[in-house]
Amino acid sequence: MTLTSPRTKRRRLSRRVVTSALAILTATGLAGCTQGAMSEGAWGETGDLTYWMWDSNQVPAYQACATAFEKKNPDISITIEQFGYDDYWNKLMTSFVADSAPDVFVDHSSKYGDYASRGLIENLDELVEKDNIDLDQYVNGTVDLWRAADGHQYGMPKDWDTVAIFYNEELASEAGISAEKLGSMTWNPEDGGTYEDVIAHLTVDKNGVRGDEEGFDKTRVETYGLGLDDSGGGYGQVTWSMLAGTTGWTYMDEPTWGSEFNYDDERFQSAIAWWRGLIEKGYMPPLSQTVGTALSSKMQAESYAMVTDGAWNINTYAKLQGVKLNTAPTPIGVDGERASTFNSLADSISASSKNKGAAWEWVKYLSSPECQSTVADAGVVFPSLSAVGDTASERFAETGFNIEAFTTHVDDDTTILFPLSENAVEINALMTNAMDKVLSFSTEPSSLTEVNKTVTGLLDE
Amino acid sequence: MATVLLPEATPSTPAQPTASARSNRRRATRRQTWTALAFIAPSLLGFVVFYFWPTLRGIYLSFTDFDVFTDPVWVGLDNYTRLFGDETFWNSARVTVQYVLINITLQTILALALAVLIHRVTQSTFLRSVVVAPYLVANVVVALVWFWMLDYQIGIVNQGIEWLGGNAIAFFGDESWAIPTIALVNTWRHVGYTALLIFAGLQMIPKEVYEAARTEGANEWKMFWKITVPLLRPVLALVLVITMIGSFQVFDTVAVTTSGGPADATRVVQYYIFDLAFQRLDFGYASAVSVMLLLVLAVIAFIQLRLTRANESDLN
Repeated sequence: MTLTSPRTKRRRLSRRVVTSALAILTATGLAGCTQGAMSEGAWGETGDLTYWMWDSNQVPAYQACATAFEKKNPDISITIEQFGYDDYWNKLMTSFVADSAPDVFVDHSSKYGDYASRGLIENLDELVEKDNIDLDQYVNGTVDLWRAADGHQYGMPKDWDTVAIFYNEELASEAGISAEKLGSMTWNPEDGGTYEDVIAHLTVDKNGVRGDEEGFDKTRVETYGLGLDDSGGGYGQVTWSMLAGTTGWTYMDEPTWGSEFNYDDERFQSAIAWWRGLIEKGYMPPLSQTVGTALSSKMQAESYAMVTDGAWNINTYAKLQGVKLNTAPTPIGVDGERASTFNSLADSISASSKNKGAAWEWVKYLSSPECQSTVADAGVVFPSLSAVGDTASERFAETGFNIEAFTTHVDDDTTILFPLSENAVEINALMTNAMDKVLSFSTEPSSLTEVNKTVTGLLDE
Repeated sequence: MATVLLPEATPSTPAQPTASARSNRRRATRRQTWTALAFIAPSLLGFVVFYFWPTLRGIYLSFTDFDVFTDPVWVGLDNYTRLFGDETFWNSARVTVQYVLINITLQTILALALAVLIHRVTQSTFLRSVVVAPYLVANVVVALVWFWMLDYQIGIVNQGIEWLGGNAIAFFGDESWAIPTIALVNTWRHVGYTALLIFAGLQMIPKEVYEAARTEGANEWKMFWKITVPLLRPVLALVLVITMIGSFQVFDTVAVTTSGGPADATRVVQYYIFDLAFQRLDFGYASAVSVMLLLVLAVIAFIQLRLTRANESDLN
């Protein structure tokens, strides 16, 4: 450090640093210019295929399909990669950008619209026609969910799901509520029907007083009759859609890809008003208390006697230690029928895949009776192919749950299609915020009329 | 390296440098410059590739409409105009400032107290290393463990509160509790590390100063205010700047617990940026929000360094 370094030298050094920095910048800048151009892919018939999925429970069944497929098609090999749902979509997006997207991947109905409109996934219409695939063999509604706004099909449906009530058998029998009673509950937005009676009776405060008994202390509840996961956002798939759906209300003016939302509808808002009223009555926890562990953990802790949840969670609930649960169908509503949101997952082909020919063979196989019966036999999802539905139901029944609670919606055609729209992420973000406010009583359900204008406005963008 | 080169560079008669000696020295300095550059190059490359270039590109993107899949479209100041009218952004700014105030105040005071304690009271390496233990656990793990412990219905903390006769608190779910809770969780994780930084500063204060003070009859309290705090000022300033910048960038704790809810009560700026860019594919606008954050942080760091005279020490 004894070296004297005059100011001029230091300045010259820094100037040189700047010069070399600029040189590197120009180099990286030029390299960065290629961004934005997607590879067009090719129709290779053979080679290696990468297949992505997010549900680890389903990997063994699909691995079995892949092995069988490789045996039939020795020129094609399948590599299955699984990533958790929360990472899945970010990873998929970056892989599209980096031109390293999986050839085939499990797609969600709320996501594919964005990919289709950007030309990232293949339109399957011609392929379906060329190979004479009978689309009527799939459960009603599954194919409709995979037709984008442009009318083309962007995925081969692989499974479907509906919603039902999971309840604690022990708590129900302690309360003297039979499975028959749970299976025939009715609901209306005025007095809540027998659904509200059951919820009230299953609610117990810390002194052991039930929700419908004298002296019930709603500020100190031990077990809530009905659990709550979140405000449901714009879909309310497992929260309010099974109620609002019985009033004749629909999400949009069309089953899918409508031009207007119906959150300003009186029927919707009155269903929400009744639903959040359960919080005031002490039968359902305030929204603030629901941030934390999953619904299933709270069922396990007997904090809730009943919850509404989707078919994809059947195995999660079946495996819970220390509690005995069962399922019941959602209540019969205003129109004298039940209702449930209906959704379907599908396999999509990346437009950038080099082996789209092989990818189509694999997708075709995934939705074929062969693979679908393997999947049905694993008892993890309801397969999209109607013919193998009974096998899946039998497997599911081994959990001891009343599986009809889920299938009744398909049998009786009481399903409401999961709403598909442009700008779905943005719209759901706005709706989640608005519904959070309604559920936490900072705004009234009527405030959703204004929000409806905003979200409908986002459809044209 | 410089000292190794030194003998060559030093002229034989320093008082009257000859012409050859001067050119010798110039050559030597040039060689030193190259050596220095060679040493700086790796980190410079990293800096340019991973920080400088992304920053420039981010600034450029903030003037565009960009969804990653198609080429950016120049929109001028549109994103910035939108930003000034964006209620969610201003809310996220308020939420972030609230977080930083709670986090930094508490963290700095506790860390200072902790550092003085481990400096003045104990010599045990074990105790000194225990305070950094929380920092060794990954952020996401810390957040998740606290998330479960603070759960309203089945969390151990609320069980404890109820056992003591109190009412359970919706730590992450209540709009007024959520940000303080997240600030406290992060304080718990970072306080030991901050204490360690301050502790390093404490060790630089000469022991004689304390001995002299004690001879004069000063007690520990007086010595803390008259010696420790003033002499620690440059280190404290640096620690404040670093922790505050880190604090403004709070993200992971929010991402794994509340995801910005309930009703935007924890939608901190960094999470809003992530949400805009990676969930809504609005990279242009997200970049504009990032640039705003960058400007705010630069101004804050500048003011802090000025106010605390971080580049001067009272030691000499």
